[in-house]
Amino acid sequence: MSIRVENLVKTYGKQNAVNNISFNISSGEIVGFLGPNGAGKTTTMKMLTCFIPPSSGRAFINDMDVELQAIEVRRQIGYLPEHNPLYTDMYVKEYLQFIASIYQLPNATKRVAEMIELTGLQVEQKKKIGQLSKGYRQRVGLAQAMIHNPSVLILDEPTSGLDPNQIVEIRNLITTIGKEKTVLLSTHIMQEVEAMCSRVMIINKGQIVANGKPEELKQQFSSDIILMVKFNQALSDAQLKELRGFGEVKPIAGAEYQLVGKDEEAMKALVFNFAVKNQLMLSEMKVNENSLEDIFKNVTR
Amino acid sequence: MFSILKKEIRSFLSSLIAIIVIVVFLIANGLFLWVFKETNILDAGYANIDPLFDLAPIIFIFLISAITMRSFSEEKKSGTFEILTTKPLTDMSIIMGKYFAGLIIVIFAILPTLIYYYTVYKLGLPEGNLDNGAIWGSYMGLVLLSAGYVAIGLFSSIITDNQIVSFIVSMFLCFFFYSTFDYLGSFAIFKNTDFFIEWMGISYHYRNISKGVIDSRDIVYFLSLIGLFLWLTKIIFSSRKW
Repeated sequence: MSIRVENLVKTYGKQNAVNNISFNISSGEIVGFLGPNGAGKTTTMKMLTCFIPPSSGRAFINDMDVELQAIEVRRQIGYLPEHNPLYTDMYVKEYLQFIASIYQLPNATKRVAEMIELTGLQVEQKKKIGQLSKGYRQRVGLAQAMIHNPSVLILDEPTSGLDPNQIVEIRNLITTIGKEKTVLLSTHIMQEVEAMCSRVMIINKGQIVANGKPEELKQQFSSDIILMVKFNQALSDAQLKELRGFGEVKPIAGAEYQLVGKDEEAMKALVFNFAVKNQLMLSEMKVNENSLEDIFKNVTR
Repeated sequence: MFSILKKEIRSFLSSLIAIIVIVVFLIANGLFLWVFKETNILDAGYANIDPLFDLAPIIFIFLISAITMRSFSEEKKSGTFEILTTKPLTDMSIIMGKYFAGLIIVIFAILPTLIYYYTVYKLGLPEGNLDNGAIWGSYMGLVLLSAGYVAIGLFSSIITDNQIVSFIVSMFLCFFFYSTFDYLGSFAIFKNTDFFIEWMGISYHYRNISKGVIDSRDIVYFLSLIGLFLWLTKIIFSSRKW
């Protein structure tokens, strides 16, 4: 197990920021950590990176306790904190060299050059960090987190505040690197999770409310099938009444209708037969899948 | 520790703080020692550089506070504190790295004043006629005093994420430890305890060492002062874990 968390609790005053959570992440997984603001994502990450100790419970990185073997654990993780703090008055190369020297890397200069190439910072490498745009700063943050080739990467909102192109670039970067590493990343963007992550954990009010592969979650949390149907013309009242006999029907706009039911195949057949019988043309029919977004909304309400 | 020390010194130099501090220190001392009438060595008639050692502790109250004020405040404010503390460094190695970086900058400010020593040495009649013991003792006292100030400054920096607050607290604490105990000791109400009260201040021990008499008790005093403030810094540093 790369990351093992057992009954982790963090209390601030009387408030439980993280309330008794447990999970395992095996090596090679890319896990998306979702949750509304203030749900306890960042607190959990701070505990995993030995920044703050848990109030109770234990956490292990590569089977090492984050409290008892903190220094050893820190050697094994790469961490990109929220808001990506950086020394703005340092040069990109200087900063990476400084981080490399903290890890006492034997061939620091070579490693810094590799990271600059990997994160696409070649053009900006001679600039001060303060002069970089947000996207490039994020790359510096990632380079800093990965310079010592850690086996576990913990990234707190790595794509927040970036433009769509940059998001795709950073995402590709993380997927490339994530092939041999364990990655735990938090985000608010659902598409990101679907694009990158092999597993999703949703946390709400300090507790894990959903945990599984995106497809599994969709099955687990889907209840009704929603069928969107579009005919070539609006239905008459009589036709609408006939259609209502099959199940719940909601007119959306013009000739578009929404059907709610349990059995997808049976519903499709019904609609098709209905259209043939009434000599209507079906111009569109699609199943609205329960998106991760819906699941997120459901479990964090 | 050395990576932190190196980074700190580089950032002192690149942000010009170190250079400004050194230049201001040397200009102020140069003016008081060679130009201003009241403290002018040339007019005083004695071959010594005592005005330097009277003045430096006061100037250092400002300058050392300026050097150390950002060391932790800025890290806390910009969030880089979290970067440092999640790297494989012990709390103490971060503190010591910053401590020695500050001390080295201060020592670099003191070093050029050896030119004054050399000048007075040459001007003495006959040449070299000056109290070497007292001067070397004073230099040692000045370094120990600066080391104490740097520790106080680091402590003031860790307690807040605001550099101005840190600067003012540091000046106050340095001044308090340097001379308040002297004044307190002179009050009549303390009667028999006045010696003990004076003994708690920096200036008492600084004066002692300046005479050229290196007493282990004075050295122990300075080391304890440094130890105390570094220990307090360590406690606050780890307080994120409470």
